Amino acid sequence: MLIKTPNSGFMHPASSEITSERAYRERRALIKLMATGAAGAALAGWAGREAMAQGLARPGKHAALAAGKTAVAGAMTMDKVTDYKDASTYNNFYEFGTDKSDPAKNAGTLVTSPWTVEVEGLVKKPAKYTLEDLLKLSPQEERIYRLRCVEGWSMVIPWVGYSVAGLIKKVEPLGSAKYVEFITQADPKTMPFVGSRVLEWPYTEALRMDEAMHPLAMLAFGMYGEVMPNQNGAPLRLVVPWKYGFKSGKSIVKIRFTDKEPKTAWNKSAPQEYGFYSNVNPNVDHPRWSQASERRIGEDGLFAKKRKTLMFNGYEAQVGQLYAGMDLKKFF
Amino acid sequence: MNPLLLHRAAKPLLFALCLWPLAWLVYSVLLDQLGANPQEALIRATGDWALRFLVIVLAVTPLRVIARLPALARFRRMLGLNMYFYALLHFLSYSGFDMGFDVADIVQDIIKRPFILVGSLALLLLTPLAATSFNAAIRSLGAKRWQRLHRLVYAVAGLAILHFFWMRAGKNDFAEVAVYAALLALLLGWRLRQWQLKRSLKR
Repeated sequence: MLIKTPNSGFMHPASSEITSERAYRERRALIKLMATGAAGAALAGWAGREAMAQGLARPGKHAALAAGKTAVAGAMTMDKVTDYKDASTYNNFYEFGTDKSDPAKNAGTLVTSPWTVEVEGLVKKPAKYTLEDLLKLSPQEERIYRLRCVEGWSMVIPWVGYSVAGLIKKVEPLGSAKYVEFITQADPKTMPFVGSRVLEWPYTEALRMDEAMHPLAMLAFGMYGEVMPNQNGAPLRLVVPWKYGFKSGKSIVKIRFTDKEPKTAWNKSAPQEYGFYSNVNPNVDHPRWSQASERRIGEDGLFAKKRKTLMFNGYEAQVGQLYAGMDLKKFF
Repeated sequence: MNPLLLHRAAKPLLFALCLWPLAWLVYSVLLDQLGANPQEALIRATGDWALRFLVIVLAVTPLRVIARLPALARFRRMLGLNMYFYALLHFLSYSGFDMGFDVADIVQDIIKRPFILVGSLALLLLTPLAATSFNAAIRSLGAKRWQRLHRLVYAVAGLAILHFFWMRAGKNDFAEVAVYAALLALLLGWRLRQWQLKRSLKR
């Protein structure tokens, strides 16, 4: 970037944090050699993932958040990771404005410490967790997920966090709990657009219990090896990679277990456009645009062709059975 | 003011001003200044400029009459053609960036989605106006008929604002739509008022 704009955010070069280009290239070359060599498909896959993980230089904008490898199937996509700059300046977070450049400009006012998350409703062990408790509740893992926005664009983001299931098991839901509701922060003092008429606040999202228990459904505390930027939903957010991005609520303060399908923010706002499930589905169009294809942000320049959108955002093998027998045109 | 408007350099200067948004967009593309989704930014910016030129060109006559600046009429054609130019760029950006220039896909999209249909219709209605903008066309049509044809721009104003309204409806975000709607209502309302005055004078 030649010219800095207010959109670029605070530039913070920490030279010690940056892998030297030579080391980076050598490592990449070595791993690429392995990946393309005669080592067999399995090894190539492994090496490819290594290349992906090692290619990620920390952006150096926030404190590091250490993470181990994940064993969850499908949690490490091979797609090229989106530039940190794009992932942190092109956001939908309406509490900070409806333009996609607004959150990066305005979210500096969000206060993320102290932070507590209340777990309530149909559970044996309702509790109030501090952020520190939650960070340690389960081992932090790095997972590289595709993110498909309902608006027709997508990114690939390395999140840091763990499966929501880790928390759910700790609080022991009752047999009657069928849904999990995620309620997000709505503080008009620190979030300037809470109170705008666009949506009902607080922004709430929800999953069916079996969806929330799926290992791919994730509570994320960071991305790109660092603590979550405010505009991406600090200090913790939901990430459900097979659903449209708006299902992944940001800056969560309450998790509630219920027996009835909760009302969710976009569904309340425009029920004919946004259903409860909102699974990524190229065969079910949004009333105002097609969902058959998507623009991968930062991919191959201005004239890149859009790519085909995959069923369940490419996670069909992992999550397809959750919806066996359901009419997905009706339950969109 | 009038002599200034009649100056030899006035038209070239205005022409340069009209092309400024395009130049700015090209510059922004080349320097990667359009953010994470430059395609979307281009589609929106060209649409915004088409709408702005629509407001500007519709403001020419009221301004000419109210401010008593007959020389303003010289610029109307250039402004109108620029509106068409940006509307065409808007359509081309949508066709290219969103639809990959796939004609079958575009046709299907237009039929399926009211807000695309309304926008395309506005462009379609503008086309005969742009095509009859040169002097020979005015002569061969006759001033009366030419003028009647060019009143289509009022319908275009309605379609354009509806297109914009539907586009923003999903986010209940109507602040900007309201500004353009108010401006267009003002400009069309003034014409209606003039027309009523003329009619009552004739009686």
